[in-house]
Amino acid sequence: MSDVRVAGVGLTSFGNVPERTGRDLFAEASIEAFDDSGVPRDDVEAVLYGNFMGELSEHQGHQGPLMAEAAGVDAPATRYESACASGGMAVREAVKRVRNGENDVLLVGGTERMTNLGTGGATEALAIAADDLWEVRAGMTFPGAYALMAKAYFEEFGGEHEDLAHVAVKNHENAVPNEKAQYRSEIDVADVLEAPQVASPLGLYDSCPISDGAAALVITSESYAEEHDLDAPVAITGSGQGGDRMALQDREYLARSPAARAAGEEAYADADVTADDVDFAEVHDCFTIAEVLALEALDLESTGEGIAAARDGRTTADGDHPINLSGGLKAKGHPVGATGVSQVAEVTSLLRGDHANSDHVADATTALTHNAGGTVASAVVHVLEVVA
Amino acid sequence: MSDVRDAGFDDWLDALEAGDPYYLECPEGHGSLPPRRVCPECGATDLEQRPLPDAGELETFTITHVPTPAFEDDAPYATAVADFGPVRVTGQVVGIDLEEVETGQTVEPDVITSETDGERVVAFRPR
Repeated sequence: MSDVRVAGVGLTSFGNVPERTGRDLFAEASIEAFDDSGVPRDDVEAVLYGNFMGELSEHQGHQGPLMAEAAGVDAPATRYESACASGGMAVREAVKRVRNGENDVLLVGGTERMTNLGTGGATEALAIAADDLWEVRAGMTFPGAYALMAKAYFEEFGGEHEDLAHVAVKNHENAVPNEKAQYRSEIDVADVLEAPQVASPLGLYDSCPISDGAAALVITSESYAEEHDLDAPVAITGSGQGGDRMALQDREYLARSPAARAAGEEAYADADVTADDVDFAEVHDCFTIAEVLALEALDLESTGEGIAAARDGRTTADGDHPINLSGGLKAKGHPVGATGVSQVAEVTSLLRGDHANSDHVADATTALTHNAGGTVASAVVHVLEVVA
Repeated sequence: MSDVRDAGFDDWLDALEAGDPYYLECPEGHGSLPPRRVCPECGATDLEQRPLPDAGELETFTITHVPTPAFEDDAPYATAVADFGPVRVTGQVVGIDLEEVETGQTVEPDVITSETDGERVVAFRPR
């Protein structure tokens, strides 16, 4: 089976640029990815693209062909939607296509324009990832859903808001040197604890920002990379996907993420690695508690112990297994459809040694991305390794 | 919100308002809520309506301070998941100060209307 190489990565800055269109954001990310890869646009055989709320924020469906055109690529294009995991699902589809021999060169990307909706509009748009009848109509918001999980976690395993605050503090610190990050300022535990409440126990600094941004990857087969002498040392060696019931009320567990566990187990087996081999990871920390649940589901922390990982320094930049060196969704930003793609871009740069935070993982060879949809009713995990 | 009803869901709210709430049960005893033709647990298609137990227990809750626009005038409010045994239900805890909402509280299901747009909302009243 052919290695799936990440030949090029491109990211816009994530942030608050309400006037910029999705197509403009994606064009910028794609230009950077093509420049980084050395692959000509004409070689691209298909465009795989993640986007979640384009109908609501831009009144724009059918974004696949639109984005291929914006990137200057004349190839069939498809949009993938799995809420906040849309981008990761597009990456997974690319892995499958290269492995089964269908394609040798793919442009994979994702974009979200959100800030033009305002806070209320974006909160409403994000909520459509939940069960409309049984959750949204009861007044559940997305922060509210994660707050329900946080409260359930505290009840089952212990822990308190201050433990979660350390996750936010860590991820803000990681974002400071990342030029593409939305929040490049340090915060302290008191800032988190004293911030306005969004949905108790979660406050403003437990929540990722509303962000505009795009990410793009040029993905090639190993044979294409070798024939064209590409500088593409990083491969996606494992891919996994998991699912769960849509509404929290219908789940067996309120404080665990079986979908992420299934995705992780599949990805580890696919790459023939274990959690112990993972040097660092980018996980889906849309809220501080989400990072805790992800670490436990991925076996990077034992169940019930993830809550202390940031506080005790295991996941900080110089810890045993640094988590979210990019700043994560929390501080780097979360333009929903772009997020899963941007995680792969960040990990690739970190492994290649050209990321602002690469020095923290100078000897790393194996890393992981975890991208979750909704309240983790869908999850996609990828293992990336240095292979050349 | 559209004036068109959501069959199954609105029927369930009608039943709850009439004091006759139900859940769906498959031959294996798995509980679920409508609209549903297939048991999500085992795939059985012969689902029967059974009376919802009179009371549930608050399993987790949050005080929502930043709502969606549909609940702008309602915030802050308590959103909770209550366990009724065969099914869990999501709703708003009402008839009690927000500071006094606790997990483990016994609640009865009810229907209230949103202060923002008058839509029906599942609610829980502590006993």
